[in-house]
Amino acid sequence: MTPEPKSEQPRPHGWIGIHRGHKARPVEWLAEKFIFLVSLSAIAMVLLIFLFVAREAMPVFFGEANTALIQPTIPVAELDKHSPAELQRYLDLTPEQYKSVDHDTLLALMQGKLDEQNEVPENFRKDADARINTTEWKYLLQSHQWSGYDRPEYIWQPVGQIKKFNIIPLIVGTLKVTLIGLLFAVPLAVGAAIYVSQLARPRVREVVKPVIEMLSGIPSVVVGFFALLVLATVLQKIFGYQTRLNAFVAGIALGFAVIPVIFSIAEDALTSVPRAYTQAALALGASRWQTAWQIVLPAAIPGVFAATVLGFGRAIGETMIVLMVCSASVMSWSIFDSARSITTTIAAEMGEVVAGGPHYRILFLLGALLFAATFVSNMIGDFVIHRFKNKLEGKR
Amino acid sequence: MNGTQARHFRADKFDFWSFFFSGLTGLATLFIIGILVTILVNIIYNGWSSLSWHFVSTIPTDLFNMKTTGILPMIVGTTIRVFVMTIFVIPVGVITAIYLTEYAPNTSLITRVIRAAVNNLAGVPSIVFGLFGLGFFINFVGKNMDLLLHNPTSVWGRPALIWAALTLAVMTLPVVIVATEESLKAIPPGLREASLALGATKLETILKIVLPQALPGILTGGILAVSRAAGEVAPILLTGVCTYMVGLPHSPTDQFMDLGYHVFILSTQSNDIDATRPILYATVLVLLMLTFALNIVAILIRARVRKKLRALG
Amino acid sequence: MAETLIQKIVAQQAPAAAPAAGAPFIRIEDVSLYYGASKALKNISLNLDEKVVTAFIGPSGCGKSTLLRCLNRMNDLIDNVRIDGCIKIGGHDIYAGDVDVIELRKRVGMVFQKSNPFPKSIYENVAYGLRLHGMKSKSDLDAAVEQSLRSSALWDEVKDRLHSSALGLSGGQQQRLCIARAIAIKPDIILMDEPASALDPIATSRIEELILELKKDFTIVIVTHNMQQAARISDQTAFFYIGELIEFGPTAKIFTNPSQKRTEDYVTGRFG
Ligand SMILES: Nc1ncnc2c1ncn2[C@@H]1O[C@H](COP(=O)(O)OP(=O)(O)O)[C@@H](O)[C@H]1O
Ligand SMILES: [Mg+2]
Repeated sequence: MTPEPKSEQPRPHGWIGIHRGHKARPVEWLAEKFIFLVSLSAIAMVLLIFLFVAREAMPVFFGEANTALIQPTIPVAELDKHSPAELQRYLDLTPEQYKSVDHDTLLALMQGKLDEQNEVPENFRKDADARINTTEWKYLLQSHQWSGYDRPEYIWQPVGQIKKFNIIPLIVGTLKVTLIGLLFAVPLAVGAAIYVSQLARPRVREVVKPVIEMLSGIPSVVVGFFALLVLATVLQKIFGYQTRLNAFVAGIALGFAVIPVIFSIAEDALTSVPRAYTQAALALGASRWQTAWQIVLPAAIPGVFAATVLGFGRAIGETMIVLMVCSASVMSWSIFDSARSITTTIAAEMGEVVAGGPHYRILFLLGALLFAATFVSNMIGDFVIHRFKNKLEGKR
Repeated sequence: MNGTQARHFRADKFDFWSFFFSGLTGLATLFIIGILVTILVNIIYNGWSSLSWHFVSTIPTDLFNMKTTGILPMIVGTTIRVFVMTIFVIPVGVITAIYLTEYAPNTSLITRVIRAAVNNLAGVPSIVFGLFGLGFFINFVGKNMDLLLHNPTSVWGRPALIWAALTLAVMTLPVVIVATEESLKAIPPGLREASLALGATKLETILKIVLPQALPGILTGGILAVSRAAGEVAPILLTGVCTYMVGLPHSPTDQFMDLGYHVFILSTQSNDIDATRPILYATVLVLLMLTFALNIVAILIRARVRKKLRALG
Repeated sequence: MAETLIQKIVAQQAPAAAPAAGAPFIRIEDVSLYYGASKALKNISLNLDEKVVTAFIGPSGCGKSTLLRCLNRMNDLIDNVRIDGCIKIGGHDIYAGDVDVIELRKRVGMVFQKSNPFPKSIYENVAYGLRLHGMKSKSDLDAAVEQSLRSSALWDEVKDRLHSSALGLSGGQQQRLCIARAIAIKPDIILMDEPASALDPIATSRIEELILELKKDFTIVIVTHNMQQAARISDQTAFFYIGELIEFGPTAKIFTNPSQKRTEDYVTGRFG
């Protein structure tokens, strides 16, 4: 090994060259700032989602939408006696729209409003319901004695002359379908997670895990399709109930969609219980099952709980399955009745609403509600998992 | 536990409860696999017979008639919306992941907030993304673009391909970020140190050493995002899909037909479900092949990369 | 003190190179370094001369790597590091506000404990730094790559497979490739952090030969766990103990006649 003699002299020390400062690299500086700005987009998106869903629902929040069929009218001649704000509200205009109309158009609009009121069918004139603004919180959340009904009821009936926007049936529908789904999915998914993480041989585990996770690769519209065409018939044959499509079918199908979610998280939690625990138990002569049940599962309970909470978040947000399987919005806790969930309502009705109208606003309100609910359940789930993992690491 | 002495000879003793519960959890596992297999077999068995080249390459004139229908526009629509989505989501997702792994101080508040936001974004229901697309992209961005461009009729301020794609990009952002982050973290820190010690700047190190290594992971993320987005219907419901249109979409402001939405339409709007069934099954099969094929490709790439990185040590 | 193997080695060495005239090349003045709250280096002052091999020895965790990484500011990459004191190279304070670390690192190369070739071809590994610093023409690159590989005594082994993956080389070859990569950009100083600790004895001895060869052109600072290695290749030796510099002097003196008790205990293998 004889390295060739160096042909060049080592270069003179250009040590003065190190003093060029950070600012000598503007590209580097710009790139860093750019990357930072782009990385804020995830935050921006969450904020924007909240902002814009809430923005469209805002008028309902502040009681600015009015659905009363019969409203007090303002004679055209009295135009000048009212403040711009009052007129804008009266004519259902946005502030920008109000600014952009001139005086003549304003008069025409006032006349239009009068005509509209004159056209209200005679039979509503004596109906107390016709004077109700059904977007008030009271009517959204509490039961009401509607004319023609025997007793106060919760009704979601957003079309017709008197639109009823009570959201309780939708919440009940959502919870009903979700709970059925979870009751079906949690035992199965957690059972499978215990089996795969604790009892199965490694070779079996390596096959079974990805197979179960494949279930999450099936688009929900396909699960919905399967439930509609196949599952509904099968379940009806087994249980022999009346209506073929109902909350029960929807719930089971929803279970298909949340099983992989719950399974993955629960399996992860169970596997992360330190081996030392299980080894100790096994060394004492406990069977694999006893170890899983008495040692591992208790240690992993927070993880299993988090899996359930996150599965809940996924289930209440699932749209297509419930949309395809059941639709009618009846207020009923019976699982063999139909049910309409919040997501379904938004998906089915948004296509037919007048943009900016009260129905549109209330659908956005439902969206905001859903967003808030999933936000909270995700926060809880992530928090619990985080603490669980930290605790395990601390102990290890 | 009663008496370790006896327990040592457990093999001789038949423990009923142990057997029972092990069997039960095993059955749960089998049951889940059974669900998956049933769905797949049912769809493949029923869909395969009605799938034909004519079916996937024809522009339909009557959606509900097997002879005159076809799903070419749906395949095209789904492909384009997903492709446009990747153009937006991959750069943003990759850059965010780069910030999180390469630049961000690990414990800083801003990093924690970004991570929380990514987590949350992953949990937002897909229909809420649809509402967001409608409220933000169409009613805010689109309408204002129309105002700025002085369009006499609404061009941007209505449901369109571009808005659907952007909505999906927001939805799949976490998928890309998480996959890219995972692949960036798997790169040995020694490589970065080696590059920096040679006088490379951080940016040079990222571009020349880190990103080439992370490429398969980024690809996996992209494919997973595509596969997730391809099957999603709820977000596009409000932002650009249509039941039927003549021909194929030509511009970003056109509406489009879509495979998943077509499945929904066929299964809920048909007058004669028995006549529609073959069409329906064939469409579902195509959709499933699309999403599953992509998923499997992603899984394979990921497995190969893991192996390679393990070899690197 | 019985004559140990190390002392035999030292006895065989040529006399230490004469200290260069004028100011020392690297001046470390009262440097303290904190990882968060824990103080990893305690008021270290040390002068290193040009074209001299200096060895840092000491028990594991005593701060050798930390001090080494101060010299090319690799510690900047770690969160929550604070450095007090002053390090001057060639008379320039490398922690001054106007210093560009990138320019600094071009002048102070580094070889790591765990060989870390890029997952590229052998040729690309060496050409990487050259390209970074603006060498573009193919013929220049070819010549420079060859020269670096020759200087690191790797040329004959790899000249037929320059374009195959560097990851196919043996551990020792990979480490020499890392040295080739570092010297390709012609730094003034090469820092080596236990470059042979993961290698077998034959590969280690080749690296040692190489270091003796390189010392003609470069100022070398090497961290080593292996006292015999320090004795074989270094001119000066610094002994560290829990963040403090215990003793610094000509290698022969440190190994045969240390002035501190702790140094003596360490070099005779009584602890560490
Ligand atoms: N990145 C780091 N963060 C915190 N402490 C560190 C870090 N690197 C090293 N240390 C601590 O600094 C001390 C010196 O470490 P090091 O310089 O690596 O020792 P040596 O190379 O002599 O074995 C050790 O106590 C080590 O735990
Ligand atoms: Mg060290």
